[in-house]
Amino acid sequence: MAKITFVQPDGTQQTVEGDNGMTVMETAKKNLIAGIEAECGGACACATCHVFVDEGWLDKTGKPQQMEEDMLDFAFDVRPNSRLSCQIKVTDALDGLIVRVPEKQF
Amino acid sequence: MSDGGLIETDALIIGAGPCGIFAVFQLGLLDIKAHVVDILDKVGGQCAELYPEKPIYDIPGLPMVTGQGLTDALMEQIKPFGAQFHLNRRIDVIEKQADGRYKVVTDDGQPFLTKVVVVAAGGGSFTPKRPPLAGIEAFEGKSVFYSVRRMEDFRDKDVMVVGGGDSALDWTLNLQPIARSLTLVHRRDEFRGAPHSVEQMRALVAAGKVNLVIGQMGAIEGADGQMTGVVLKTKDGDSRHAVNRLLPFFGLTMKLGPIADWGLNLHENLIAVDTEKFETSTPGIFAIGDINWYPGKLKLILSGFHEAALMAQAAHKIVYPGKKLLFQYTTSSSSLQKKLGVS
Repeated sequence: MAKITFVQPDGTQQTVEGDNGMTVMETAKKNLIAGIEAECGGACACATCHVFVDEGWLDKTGKPQQMEEDMLDFAFDVRPNSRLSCQIKVTDALDGLIVRVPEKQF
Repeated sequence: MSDGGLIETDALIIGAGPCGIFAVFQLGLLDIKAHVVDILDKVGGQCAELYPEKPIYDIPGLPMVTGQGLTDALMEQIKPFGAQFHLNRRIDVIEKQADGRYKVVTDDGQPFLTKVVVVAAGGGSFTPKRPPLAGIEAFEGKSVFYSVRRMEDFRDKDVMVVGGGDSALDWTLNLQPIARSLTLVHRRDEFRGAPHSVEQMRALVAAGKVNLVIGQMGAIEGADGQMTGVVLKTKDGDSRHAVNRLLPFFGLTMKLGPIADWGLNLHENLIAVDTEKFETSTPGIFAIGDINWYPGKLKLILSGFHEAALMAQAAHKIVYPGKKLLFQYTTSSSSLQKKLGVS
């Protein structure tokens, strides 16, 4: 179980609870977080669940694997802390995680 | 391209995803001939476009199958019915005719006359992703293109290609000889395209014939659709590039597209149907698979298969009015087995 805070481009924050084993994307969809489209449903095939991981959490979330890095080519405004939220699994270690939702998902 | 000749058919299926393909089977068992139209250049819909290699675990009887595997198996299953597929085409217009049939026309002008229409369009039409840059719409079709229809449009132009896959690389290689200048932009110095294409591109960069910039699009400059430049964001800051043609390749997304203009009742961008016939608000037009909505709808391939079977029963009444339909099983019916070519 982990509390995850989603920050919208206008600064609005929503903190929700994610269950272990679910992905950050699924947690966002379940809680109707705006701006996470997840068109492909979590197959790492569309890049519409793009988020920016808060710099303080990058060590805990880790880096994208090759497939995710390739898929990030299809996202807009990709930054060093860009991740596809369908590829981040919720664990106890991520309790308190902060991710920012980009202005556009392409 | 279309040869323009009118095609008459019993059923026209819009969408060649798993549900559209399986509809050919269910209609075929009832002697209803079908043509299938899809906007992609291949059959399989999302299974083939989004997750060809990903495993699917919830197809009855198949503990595990990939998107491509399921597509291939379905195509094998419908072979006996000889349905014709029309790929790379989008249906733009559906009009009811005086005789009760529907005139259906593709974006390249191919007309069909059909007794029933089956919309199996999944998430809608796959369309190129539009970069979310301010004012880009005004430049589309004049300076910004998502595909190359005529290479001549790029002759002696200052062309910028954006992307890191095969489309971006192929067009870099093909347009470089005729363009006045060619700039390739990608967010990282690593390309997903075919290794041979990457090598060729690197050689052109080394020879000074292609300008490779590692960065991302920031803004488009120009007026009245005529682009004068693109501002790129790079790790060294913004840089302005004087180009007048932009080709962004960021893959495809699904849009409802012309379906919204067909006069069908919609429910949150999905086509409302009944659960007996999976017919839309317009008699003779059915909708199956992810594109439809009814209370309790689940977007599962197996649900779409069920919907195809019931739709076919209703379509039979329209295609063969007054003819009694005897319900039969493929395991025991010699007439069905004959249609399947197994008896």
